[in-house]
Amino acid sequence: MRRMLLEGLFRRPVTEGTPTVNDAEVDALAERLGVSAMARLGRSLSIREVDAGSCNGCELEIHALNNSYYDVERFGLRFVASPRHADVLMVTGPVTANMREGLERTYAATPAPKWVVAVGDCATGCGVFGKSYAVIGAVSDVIPVDLVIPGCPPEPIDMLKGLIDLIEASARS
Amino acid sequence: MSTLRTALLNTALTIEEQKPWPRITVDVDTWRQATLAVAAGNATLSGLWAEPGAVHMALLDDQDGALTVLTLAAPDGRFPSVGLTHPPAQRLERSIVDLYGLTADGMPDDRRWLDHDRWGVRSPLGSMSQIPANGSPYAFLKAEGPPLHQIAVGPVHAGIIEPGHFRFSANGEIIVRLEERLGYVHKGIEGLLTDTTLEAAAKVVARVSGDSTVAYSLAFARAAEAALGVGVPQRAIWLRALMAELERLANHLGDIGGICNDAAFALMLAHCGILREDVLRTAKTAFGHRLMMDRIIPGGVTDDLHDVLPIKTLTAHIRQRFPRLVELYDNTASLQNRTVSTGHLATGLARRFGAGGPIGRASGRPFDARKTPGYPPYGDLDFKMAVRDAGDVDARIWVRIDEVYESLELIEQIIDRLPPGPISYPLAPALRERRVPQAGGLANEPHDTATEGLALIEGFRGDVLVWLRMDESGRVLRGAVRDPSAFQWPLLEAAIEGNIVADFPICNKSFNCSYSGHDL
Repeated sequence: MRRMLLEGLFRRPVTEGTPTVNDAEVDALAERLGVSAMARLGRSLSIREVDAGSCNGCELEIHALNNSYYDVERFGLRFVASPRHADVLMVTGPVTANMREGLERTYAATPAPKWVVAVGDCATGCGVFGKSYAVIGAVSDVIPVDLVIPGCPPEPIDMLKGLIDLIEASARS
Repeated sequence: MSTLRTALLNTALTIEEQKPWPRITVDVDTWRQATLAVAAGNATLSGLWAEPGAVHMALLDDQDGALTVLTLAAPDGRFPSVGLTHPPAQRLERSIVDLYGLTADGMPDDRRWLDHDRWGVRSPLGSMSQIPANGSPYAFLKAEGPPLHQIAVGPVHAGIIEPGHFRFSANGEIIVRLEERLGYVHKGIEGLLTDTTLEAAAKVVARVSGDSTVAYSLAFARAAEAALGVGVPQRAIWLRALMAELERLANHLGDIGGICNDAAFALMLAHCGILREDVLRTAKTAFGHRLMMDRIIPGGVTDDLHDVLPIKTLTAHIRQRFPRLVELYDNTASLQNRTVSTGHLATGLARRFGAGGPIGRASGRPFDARKTPGYPPYGDLDFKMAVRDAGDVDARIWVRIDEVYESLELIEQIIDRLPPGPISYPLAPALRERRVPQAGGLANEPHDTATEGLALIEGFRGDVLVWLRMDESGRVLRGAVRDPSAFQWPLLEAAIEGNIVADFPICNKSFNCSYSGHDL
């Protein structure tokens, strides 16, 4: 183990560079969010992930955000275990009828100010699961959504860009 | 089992056209005998699904991997319960009751399973009657006595994982009973596979469980190709196996890291996470998608592999890094203290439930769909089945470790021997040909054109079953899928008994059952 830890110190890191931020997009997002409240949070966001009916594909890629390549914590982004600790809910999946209450209660348990990011094609428009008795609709049909990250599933780098935009938007208020 | 198969074939009322294994319609008595046969261990229950007015039961011969599907017509909406004598069938049966409104006579557990009273309809795939969508409380099984207390967890969990509810009854730290309540991510997949196009159905099946998207697409394609009687180019067959092994590799690496992380050994997750990411990036380079979603289609594959170098580099890289992680696991006593003897699953239970994948193989059930029934190109490839007997978390890690090496071996063999040629055959001409009447038939002779296919594919989690009924134009009339998790979830309840509450995450991760694949 010692050898691996030492190597970890001296090897070049695998971590990706910071994705470039599109100023116009960030400004638009800042305006949309009404970011004055966000300034209080500083350049840091606590994220709670909620699977509202996903196939688990989006979860795999959200997991990847924590690996050494993307390492979201260096941007002040942190996944937390409870909505009580969260500023942001990342929600995946078409919202199933059976998960609707779970999603609503998680949203209610998140203290304001709070933002919702709908992750993936299912969360933004039900994906291939639209015409089903068991599906309520997209995330925005159940709780207010502030940012969407499309893709099936979105790649980690796209999610990282979206989340950094969110932080940048807050810093410009 | 082969004698059972013969006996069943002899009592068949009719034998339907289903490929590559027969589907036979039986009477109530034969159905009952089959339920007793699976209960006695003469065959493994591999699937139980329904359609309005009929139920189907897939029996698997563990020795040769052959499947036999029994169908019982249920014109009055009733069929004899399979779960009565064979507990692994119970949740599948409860799902059938919820979705189709059929009655399983003698069913030992009549609580609703997928239906949480949230859909606004009862029996959505059957008679479909309106009800209020108010939700209803669930009567958990009781564990009573003065020192016992309950711990409710979920459906929203603390990690980045799928939703489901776990109800623990604990005596201090010791878990006396775990009961799962699932169904939260039920999306109505069987409904979406009813009367739809081949393309739409393929997309839905690719999203039954995102981590197994290659396995599901492969099973769907093989079932469709069997039903339609169409071939696949050699190169596509080998590319499919390449994708399947890349998927297995990525998932096993993620699981090995994840299990160790649940013992607070984050170093392993960090290193395995890098290797997993390397696999996904190589998949993106090779096939244009990190999870290789929608890359396998009926008739072939969508993307050709133009350059084998990234894949060769990947396997060489993993061969260099992975053995040191294995050594790290093997030499860290504090980690093994958490994994050895934890979450023990007995061989008898694994066999009885037909537990597939690393869960079954870590508990001494030597079954791998790549070996039996087997499908190309695995017959031409050299690989070993990883089997252990200990049945604990440690054994489940070791089976995955062994399978990482086997997958590397397979990927290298495939790359070396990848045949040239086209990567898909268009389906349209083959379908047109089907519509031409058979020799001797009259052009205007009415004939039943429905055709059925079945496929059993080894995903990283275990054997995935896909059944399709199609018409002559290639339209999907009806489809059913069965995830390996269907038989693995109940076993987690058994494996966790007597362990401490704090060991639940590590046990759960070592099983890594799919919620979405179970809930459908």
